[in-house]
Amino acid sequence: MGERGILIEFEPEISERLLEKLLFYKNKLEELYTEVNVEIINTYNSLLISYMFSIENLYDEVSAVKELLSEAKIGKINNRQIFRLPVCYDEEFGWDLELIAEEKNLSKEEIIKLHTRPFYTVYFTGFLPGFLYLGGLDEKLQISRKNQPRMKIEKGAVGIGENQTGIYPKSSPGGWQILGNCPVQLFNKNNDPPCEISAGDKVKFYSVSKAELKEISAQVSEGNFQLKKENYEG
Amino acid sequence: MKAEVEILYPGLFSTIQDFGRRGFQKYGVPLSGVMDRIALKTANLILQNQADAAVMEITQMGPKLKFSAATKIAISGAYLSPKLNDTEIDNNEVVKIHEGDILSFGRPEYGMRSYLAILDGFKTEKVLGSRSWYEDITSHEKLEKGMKLQYEASEEEKYVTHAAIKFDDEYLKSEEIEVFPGPEFEKLPETLKSHLRQSKFSVDKNNNRMAIQLSEVLENQLGPIITGPVLPGTVQLTPGGKLIVLMRDCQTTGGYPRVLQLSEKGINIMAQKKAGDMVRFLLKS
Repeated sequence: MGERGILIEFEPEISERLLEKLLFYKNKLEELYTEVNVEIINTYNSLLISYMFSIENLYDEVSAVKELLSEAKIGKINNRQIFRLPVCYDEEFGWDLELIAEEKNLSKEEIIKLHTRPFYTVYFTGFLPGFLYLGGLDEKLQISRKNQPRMKIEKGAVGIGENQTGIYPKSSPGGWQILGNCPVQLFNKNNDPPCEISAGDKVKFYSVSKAELKEISAQVSEGNFQLKKENYEG
Repeated sequence: MKAEVEILYPGLFSTIQDFGRRGFQKYGVPLSGVMDRIALKTANLILQNQADAAVMEITQMGPKLKFSAATKIAISGAYLSPKLNDTEIDNNEVVKIHEGDILSFGRPEYGMRSYLAILDGFKTEKVLGSRSWYEDITSHEKLEKGMKLQYEASEEEKYVTHAAIKFDDEYLKSEEIEVFPGPEFEKLPETLKSHLRQSKFSVDKNNNRMAIQLSEVLENQLGPIITGPVLPGTVQLTPGGKLIVLMRDCQTTGGYPRVLQLSEKGINIMAQKKAGDMVRFLLKS
């Protein structure tokens, strides 16, 4: 992509198998580039190697990358974690719970059950700082975006758009159907790294009451909220 | 000695920028940094600053600034009729500043963005490795009245070359934007490909540090792609047939087909275009 990037595209699909492969190659590439100032990001089916300045010898770079990618044996990714995130599905935050319930012929309890059941896979972070692209939403909850996006969605809002679910890391305009609020700060510029959850990790939501949400919010703003996490053996 | 620039009047939209924020795209943090790198390098070179010393990026209607101590400045990029106290000054030269001096700007003559470099660079906060302002990352997102920006005062005569370096400002007026085919270029029908090569496009009023939209509407049959990586200079084609040139503050990923990718020089030229200006893509392969 231009003079500053090499884009590697894989088959156009969204799957954990492909994610494993991407993260494996990403690690390999990072080892290859320890000496050079590059940054490598992954999305569902691509890796982008971006350079600080223009690439000097594109031919050499591309053949080095190709050689590395020819390695067929894909190893498992280690250090994957499950993060448990609290969500308050109270009507105060779940602006579209009623609409989803009506359209999908589900009770609110069923919606919460379906939304908190899966171990969502974190594919990558993009769109906004700390916005996680999660895969694994139950088909019964898939619903189209709003025709007219809202001007302002609250920070922490948990929403659904088609087959995706996610958390708005800051207040912004948006078209997703909103079902609750997650008080955890997913991106903090003062932390290193600024975002604890990364590609390959799992996210599981758990339902909390309004009182619990308030308590967690207070802990978050005092900086002593401990995110629940455990190792994940895929 | 610590010194500060006081913002007497903020102007339209000005920010502090350097080369941008590296290493945080994987957390969804934009690269940011100056829109026009040529101007940043020129202004810093004139002052013999580090190439990436932080500068002020000034859009169209400039601010009014007051300096608390002696230093030197240089202005590059767009020519926005700068004045020191009551005297007109030129772009691309060293300007001596004394305590209490006031810098202001007048009529925008050519170009979109002007760059004010100061000896040793602005010493505003560094967040995630960069001083570039970006909403929610840095404490400020644009100049506001009364704000004070730190710099190092320099009383002694640091040697600054006055040797005549010829600066080529022709790029500011160029209409030719060098591009490479984007990842989805080959999926376009031939008619659209040649249209992209041959037509002129005009810059829409919908343009900022994130993206510059072009006004023309193209016949688009390409659907969205699986969300994939984008970079500054990526040209997206929306379902409605509009071309969007992503710029330095762009998001890290996107779901519209990426039909072209601007060269570095192309991005710098694009950064100097304002609503109504025409551009033409020069496709390289």
